[in-house]
Amino acid sequence: MLADSAQTISTPSIAYHALLPIFIVLGAALLGVLVEAVVPRPQRFNTQVFVTLAGLIAALVTVAVLHGTHVATPSPVGTDSPFAGSLAIDGTGLFLQGTILALAIMAALLIAERSVDVGSAIVASAASVVGSPTDREHSRTQRVQTEVFPLMLFAVSGMLVFPVSNNLLLMFVALEVLSLPLYLMAGLARRRRLLSQEAALKYFLLGAFASAFFLYGLALLYGYANSVDLSAIFTATKTSTKSDLLLYLGLALLLVGLLFKASIAPFHAWTPDVYQGAPTPVSAFMASCTKVASFGAILRVLYVAFAGTNWNWRPIIWAVAIASMVVGAIFGLTQTDIKRILAYSSIAHAGFILVGLVVISQDASASVMFYVLTYGFTTLAAFGLLTLVRDADGEATHLSQWSGIARKSPMVAGLMTLLLLSMAGIPLTAGFTGKFFVFKAAWHSAGPLVVMALLFSAVAAFYYLRIVVMMYFADPPENAPTVAIPGWTSSVALTVGAVVTVLLGVFPQPIIDLATKAAGSLIG
Amino acid sequence: MSNAHNVALPILLAIPLVGSLVVFALREAQAKLAKQLTLLISLIVLVYTAVVGFSFDTSAHADRFQFMGSWTWIKAFGVHLAFGVDGIAMVLVGLSVVLVPTVILASWNSFDSKSGAEEETSPSGRQRSTKNFMGLILLLEFFMIGVFVAMDVFLFYVFFEAMLVPMYFIIGSFGGPRRQYAAVKFFLYSLVGGLVMLASVIGLYVSTGSRTFAITDLIGQVPDNATQKWLFIGFFIAFAIKAPLVPVHTWLPDAGAEAPAGGAALLVGVLDKVGTFGFLRYCLPLFPDASRWAAPLVLILSVIGVLYAAFLAIGQRDMKRLVSYTSVAHFGFIGLGIFAFTTQGNSGAVLYMVNHGLSTGAVFIVVGLLIARGKSRNVADYGGAAKVTPLLAGLFLFAGLSALALPGLSTFVSEFLVLVGTFTRYKALAIFAATGIVLAAIYVLYLYQRVFQGTVNEKVTKFRDLNVREVFAVAPLLALIVFLGIYPKPVLNVINPAVKATLSDVHKTDPAPELGPVAGGQR
Repeated sequence: MLADSAQTISTPSIAYHALLPIFIVLGAALLGVLVEAVVPRPQRFNTQVFVTLAGLIAALVTVAVLHGTHVATPSPVGTDSPFAGSLAIDGTGLFLQGTILALAIMAALLIAERSVDVGSAIVASAASVVGSPTDREHSRTQRVQTEVFPLMLFAVSGMLVFPVSNNLLLMFVALEVLSLPLYLMAGLARRRRLLSQEAALKYFLLGAFASAFFLYGLALLYGYANSVDLSAIFTATKTSTKSDLLLYLGLALLLVGLLFKASIAPFHAWTPDVYQGAPTPVSAFMASCTKVASFGAILRVLYVAFAGTNWNWRPIIWAVAIASMVVGAIFGLTQTDIKRILAYSSIAHAGFILVGLVVISQDASASVMFYVLTYGFTTLAAFGLLTLVRDADGEATHLSQWSGIARKSPMVAGLMTLLLLSMAGIPLTAGFTGKFFVFKAAWHSAGPLVVMALLFSAVAAFYYLRIVVMMYFADPPENAPTVAIPGWTSSVALTVGAVVTVLLGVFPQPIIDLATKAAGSLIG
Repeated sequence: MSNAHNVALPILLAIPLVGSLVVFALREAQAKLAKQLTLLISLIVLVYTAVVGFSFDTSAHADRFQFMGSWTWIKAFGVHLAFGVDGIAMVLVGLSVVLVPTVILASWNSFDSKSGAEEETSPSGRQRSTKNFMGLILLLEFFMIGVFVAMDVFLFYVFFEAMLVPMYFIIGSFGGPRRQYAAVKFFLYSLVGGLVMLASVIGLYVSTGSRTFAITDLIGQVPDNATQKWLFIGFFIAFAIKAPLVPVHTWLPDAGAEAPAGGAALLVGVLDKVGTFGFLRYCLPLFPDASRWAAPLVLILSVIGVLYAAFLAIGQRDMKRLVSYTSVAHFGFIGLGIFAFTTQGNSGAVLYMVNHGLSTGAVFIVVGLLIARGKSRNVADYGGAAKVTPLLAGLFLFAGLSALALPGLSTFVSEFLVLVGTFTRYKALAIFAATGIVLAAIYVLYLYQRVFQGTVNEKVTKFRDLNVREVFAVAPLLALIVFLGIYPKPVLNVINPAVKATLSDVHKTDPAPELGPVAGGQR
């Protein structure tokens, strides 16, 4: 086989234009690395912010221009080209890429916030030992580990590839490209550095483990289908004479890797610790963008490779969906730290989103895409708000510290209430529209699961309400935290998050149309 | 779905919505302006509703649903902003807009920092924002009207759930000492019911395959008996919690006791009517077979509610809890009237909803005025107050008598109709329920006796009698109760066609008198 292709060597034709958003983000990331090397420290932060935002915005515009594109690239030249069609830039992919980029822009704005803390939420110098004289000296200055911006761009580039990979090997590469920077970013908190480093290590170890599972599953599926191409796997499920055990195990192990990234129970254990330890803007980035990318990848794997199999994998999704809802809703009740509550909320929401994945239909995939979008904006803004309430040790995220905050800052309390009501799924907010869309799509074939999801929404609503109760109905504590006035970057991100939350609750039609049209690309 | 674009109801909705936004936008220092503005807006809504209401066609050939207007909202889900009223919705909208101004008047000084606060709440003596209270009341009015005029199941659900939010803040921010607990309990109970209903709403859409949520297109579209039952259960649980029907009533005494009196008047007077309204508008027409299937259970629960809640009311020491329990008892009567499936029973039940709203609203407001003077909800802290505040005592007695359905007052008419309507089909149940009237006399008169008669409690001696504003808050309600007691015809004229249409949806006709007693009544 190798010898054959050596004779008829020819370059595959690549649809470069369709990959432009990915190239732009990667280019910006490389530029960011250069900026670290050549731009003097005082100008570095602003330069990095500029490069990051410019790159992300340019990529988003490109995605918008590309809408309607439907290409699989590289186009097959030789019959055996193993990477032919390994990237599918189609409606679904572009919708998800656009969502990731829009959320990444908001996350970048949050990371760029410098007026609420000395320097920023990012550590001054990550390499210095915690508590050492250098560390103490640096943390008082405006110095910031600005590598966080190129790291973020690398992660975004991986996220952009993740949901458009039609090839498991490429998907694995994307998984690693998006994960490695995230491990680092989780350890960059300026305050409570040990907690942050612990979170990073946990995330790295568990993440590496999950990646290994993914790789193992990939190998087994290759053994089954003789290919790592999703559509080839699909063909193999119809025709292959090999033992089905390879297929079952392969898919199961593959799913472990994917479910881990989407923080779905029982692979969720890292989520609360990492969300709590990571710098809050980075938690926001992880909670929104990673989730969108992971669900995009799950969508593609299930729809392209396993949609039409006569073998029924749906019980697995039922099981993990229920597990996620149970863990997210029940364990969330006992939390007292708002960041951890948001983490458990994200686990519960992952369960709700999975409800849309037990059905294979255009409506269902559109509803999943719509849900991750609404959830992304809402949760990102919620994390953003957390950065504003502070005491001497940094962010005040303990529930009791938020009591009576409404009297000090009606604005923060009002926004937070809006976002929490959206997460609880109260009508006229984006969260309700998303839930309704998903549950409507799933009702016919998974009625009992929908009912369960609704009941667990009610359970989860309890801890959202608890925060609202604290903010409005309780008296402030003795040493109440202060509410910082955000700079323009955070203000923009928070405003956009809140406005999207309301708009998608009241006028969701255009985005629903967009998602439904985009979802058509996955249905044969 | 009709293509009518009548804007009468959208305008009705827009007035309180815009009003609430304006009031919220005011500054804290402009509390006085906020109060006046809110009162003005609520009066405009009242007058506007009266104008709309008088043009409601009650003639024999009139449409069942009137003032229909429909605009596409979310095309992908087949959701319309569809509005319209039948006779039942019309009178309930009327009830809502009558109660709101009285609540505003009664709460005029309740949240001023100086004095007049209903109760000592927290030791820190926190300031409460009158402006926010007024804004919330208007927002609530918007949702209350919306829930009655929605002609699209999805839109109804949106109003049904969103309505919780302002009420949650009214209880939680302006309520009594255990307001946090009560607010969360209220919210969660209603939310659980609402989410179960959401499952049924989605199921209704999917199973009928009609790609629309318009009520007029969905009636009679759920043929399959098993599906009907499942969907019915979803709606029923939500409405039973809202109504509230025993055994899911336990949130009401807490919410009613902790809410500020004005909020409690709206909560019990109007919000709970959404539950019984839901039975009539959604459960019966959409799932007629399932409704008939569930009727025996509902009737029995209703009778249990009538008796059980009345006994609990007699034993209460907290005045607001007492009034809340009386409401649970009254909802038993309404449930009885609805599920007896007779014209008299149904008309009586709808009239009961209106009368109970007026009567309980008045009772809650009067109790609130009393509590504002005594700073306590405990009955034992009062005694002999009639000698000090004769006017308050008089109005209290009047409102109380309306709650026990004294003949000549409107509540008597409705209670009588319900019992007659039930009797023609279910004799035993009617007899049991009728004993509830005796129990009502006990809890009302026993409360009056402990609070207003006997030796004068020394705390009571410093009480000030009602001023003109306070009298004006209650008087219109009492006047309406008397008027409807003597001459209920105008309201019944509006209600009856809608009730007949609803009953024909359930395929029920009144039992013919010549058949004589129909034991069990399964005909």
